[in-house]
Amino acid sequence: MNVTLHVWRQKQGAGKGRMVRYEARNVSEDMSFLEMLDVVNEELIEKGEEPIAFDHDCREGICGMCGFMINGVAHGPVPGTTVCELHMRHFKDGDDLYIEPWRARAFPVIKDLVVNRSAFDRIIAAGGYISVSTGSAPDGNAIPVPKEKAERAMDAAACIGCGACVAACPNAAAALFTGAKITHLAMLPQGAPERPQRALKMVLQMKEEMFGHCTNIGECEAVCPKQISIEVIARMNHDFIRASWSEREAPYRADQPAGEPSAGGCQ
Amino acid sequence: MELDAKIPSGPIEKRWERHRFNLKLVNPANKRKYNIIVVGSGLAGGSASATLAELGYNVHCFFFQDSPRRAHSIAAQGGINAAKNYQNDGDSIYRLFFDTVKGGDFRSRESNVYRLAEISLNIIDQCVAQGVPFAREYGGALANRSFGGAQVSRTFYARGQTGQQLLLGAYQALMRQVEAGKVKLYPRTEMLDLVVIDGRARGIVTRNLITGEIRSHVADAVVLGTGGYGNAYYLSTNAKGSNATAIWRAYKRGALFANPCFTQIHPTCIPVTGEYQSKLTLMSESLRNDGRIWVPLKKGDKRAANEIPHEERDYYLERRYPSFGNLVPRDVASRNAKAICDEGRGVGESGFGVYLDFADAIHRLGRHTIEERYGNLFDMYRSITGEDPYNTPMRIYPAIHYTMGGLWVDYNLMSTIPGLYVIGEANFSDHGANRLGASALMQGLADGYFVLPYTIGDYLAGTKLDKTGTDHPAFQEAEANVRCITDRLLKVNGTRTVDSFHRELGKLLWEYCGMSRTAEGLKYALGKIPELREQFWKDVKVLGGSKELNQSLEKAGRVADYFELGELICLDALTRNESCGGHFREEYQTADGEALRNDEDYSYAAAWQYQGEGVEPVLHKERLEFEYVHPSQRSYK
Ligand SMILES: Cc1cc2nc3c(=O)[nH]c(=O)nc-3n(C[C@H](O)[C@H](O)[C@H](O)COP(=O)(O)OP(=O)(O)OC[C@H]3O[C@@H](n4cnc5c(N)ncnc54)[C@H](O)[C@@H]3O)c2cc1C
Ligand code: FES
Repeated sequence: MNVTLHVWRQKQGAGKGRMVRYEARNVSEDMSFLEMLDVVNEELIEKGEEPIAFDHDCREGICGMCGFMINGVAHGPVPGTTVCELHMRHFKDGDDLYIEPWRARAFPVIKDLVVNRSAFDRIIAAGGYISVSTGSAPDGNAIPVPKEKAERAMDAAACIGCGACVAACPNAAAALFTGAKITHLAMLPQGAPERPQRALKMVLQMKEEMFGHCTNIGECEAVCPKQISIEVIARMNHDFIRASWSEREAPYRADQPAGEPSAGGCQ
Repeated sequence: MELDAKIPSGPIEKRWERHRFNLKLVNPANKRKYNIIVVGSGLAGGSASATLAELGYNVHCFFFQDSPRRAHSIAAQGGINAAKNYQNDGDSIYRLFFDTVKGGDFRSRESNVYRLAEISLNIIDQCVAQGVPFAREYGGALANRSFGGAQVSRTFYARGQTGQQLLLGAYQALMRQVEAGKVKLYPRTEMLDLVVIDGRARGIVTRNLITGEIRSHVADAVVLGTGGYGNAYYLSTNAKGSNATAIWRAYKRGALFANPCFTQIHPTCIPVTGEYQSKLTLMSESLRNDGRIWVPLKKGDKRAANEIPHEERDYYLERRYPSFGNLVPRDVASRNAKAICDEGRGVGESGFGVYLDFADAIHRLGRHTIEERYGNLFDMYRSITGEDPYNTPMRIYPAIHYTMGGLWVDYNLMSTIPGLYVIGEANFSDHGANRLGASALMQGLADGYFVLPYTIGDYLAGTKLDKTGTDHPAFQEAEANVRCITDRLLKVNGTRTVDSFHRELGKLLWEYCGMSRTAEGLKYALGKIPELREQFWKDVKVLGGSKELNQSLEKAGRVADYFELGELICLDALTRNESCGGHFREEYQTADGEALRNDEDYSYAAAWQYQGEGVEPVLHKERLEFEYVHPSQRSYK
């Protein structure tokens, strides 16, 4: 099949980019979307044109490195699928495909389809963990975890941190991402001691990173390649509000002076 | 050079404990004066960085992805072994040790393997405490499954995403230390050279992949946890970015490279569909617990699988290995698949595939059970191939998956360059000539959480390091070297893309140094690779500049290293005149086609020392002693 691509090309450091049209010919339906782009890139290089830059690594839907919009939908038309897993058999001969990077204030474009998602790391650094140092753990079976809870923790923990939720959200909110980590750890007995502080710190960091506010639109859930349920946002709100009443004072004033962006340690 | 593995003496059960006691300690107040560079944020590098920071060291952690959470460990599916014996089925540290030494076909170090089995217990405890959502039984206890031919159930798992969950555990521990100011992260930064001063590793030179800035970093010790080199073969189950550059450049600075030809081929991957194929997707080995492998009895039988009656099918693994059947080790399963396809009985369009059939299992256990066990894998298969494995058998074929070889390290995980430590898949230490399923995750975390943090202290406490800075001539020389390689790649401006060269190299390696090898084939490859490398340096086309994000340039640097490494892989395979584990030399096999070891002459780890461009490297041998598990011919009949 043949498809026409309209790809966002943006030079590094440039404030603006533009859509450029490419023809992808003799595309096999067994190709993945990224393999189709590989072939286009090979042809561009042979012609002496710079290839399209896009992030990718595992190419099996788990590292969260890949991701862009296809015809306005994060990760393209197939639900529960990252672009690296998306295959060309889902498109038709003659299709026009518009390919654009994630767009969000918190995810500045670096080049073409590559964006900077380090804000996600800073949200995790703010509290997305259980504070247990190596060597201090009790036996793995010392604390039973009901199967049901373990499964629900796993549902939330499946998040790959790709950023599709932010890209799809009209408010560019990171609520699904943040809620997923809060829920994962909240479901487990090991996560209970820090549960209130964790919710406070992560939510406040999320705000500092210029993500928008969640208004329960649900686009995030619809595009999430791991189909994480919007329920995690409810849990995040619950934990945050609860903690704001009971525990707010110390962590909020002590290490989060309002308005000042956190360095978070990333270079 | 005398290779001293520093293996402690005494009874094997006591060695690690005694050794730990004998290691020198760094005074807690002094730890913060030390800077340690960790390259890699996978299970090995991530766990090491977090733990070193918890101990008080200043850690600088480098990785080429945009976040430490994306290291290739994230892709591991099946599980992680530990000798917990929670299932009461007769497992023990000794049994895990025994299985690993035997599975490695007697080419690993007993002491290291024993330590690994011992530490496996702590790993599970640590991960549970971090919140890794392992699968559970209804009563709340941890669930296990049997994996990769083990006869006990010792594999812990989190659905089909065990690597992801373990890595997120390590990542979260790491981010906690980032927040505490003890770890500085260097995302999208690639290590391109190692700096050795007065014979000791003192830093690295990196390229910032966004700005192109080339920079030196000084440290008191350097740790490489940069993963395996399976991508030398172009098509593998590794992530696209996985590469050998860090260990290869360390090799060129004097670290010995051990057993490069010990590569593992995974029997259950989705077959190649066309020239554009960019990577191969693994279907977890756990599928072999319930799936039956078969091909048509007749050559060239092109009927659809469902139309071939039972009597006209050859369940060749069950036929040849009645006691292990479909659960024979990876190398055996892979080789058999290749042999069957070479006979002309392969399935699928290319003829390079065999069926993995779940019809009987669905009949016996019901579709629901199969869905519960393998649902996500079946979905992945369907999404890639467009075929429904609930109704038609899967097609699978072997692919390069893991590299047992890597930089040589002693019992302390230190390479032959003092101050340079190597952990995880990047070293050669624990798996001999073949790795058992679910043991790589175990090794990466053992190295990072529980071994390196102790042994590195011994080095730091016992070594007087002079103050040095990035203005030292050794740093200047290394920076110049990195700039020179980058500029040279950009200047060629030939006609062929980097990928086209990489594909060609990969095919050579796969053909002549893949599943089975012959002296003749290896000699041919050893003649071909240098020719191709020469062409590469004359005709490669890398567009763009060095001061920006330039993905072709990144790839080109890695492929340049694969050309050199590929030659070493073949040389090692040619020198090892025996078959063992994943290294199958056709000349050395038993009457029924099994690998034939030669313990008399080859019971050693082959450690190669770089001698300069175009000069053959020198082979050093570390003799392997087997005091506990006596070498025997593996038999899975
Ligand atoms: C598909 C798949 C499934 C698997 N399933 C299992 C399983 O079920 N059980 C099991 O035990 N094992 C499994 N394995 C093997 C196991 O996943 C790996 O061996 C292990 O995760 C390697 O971990 P690591 O920390 O050594 O390296 P990696 O996780 O590969 O990490 C390498 C790190 O080094 C960095 N890096 C590399 N080069 C450079 C450089 N030059 N400069 C800067 N940074 C660099 C990368 O950014 C990354 O952070 C699987 C492997 C694959 C491919
Ligand atoms: S490349 Fe890893 S999720 Fe797509």
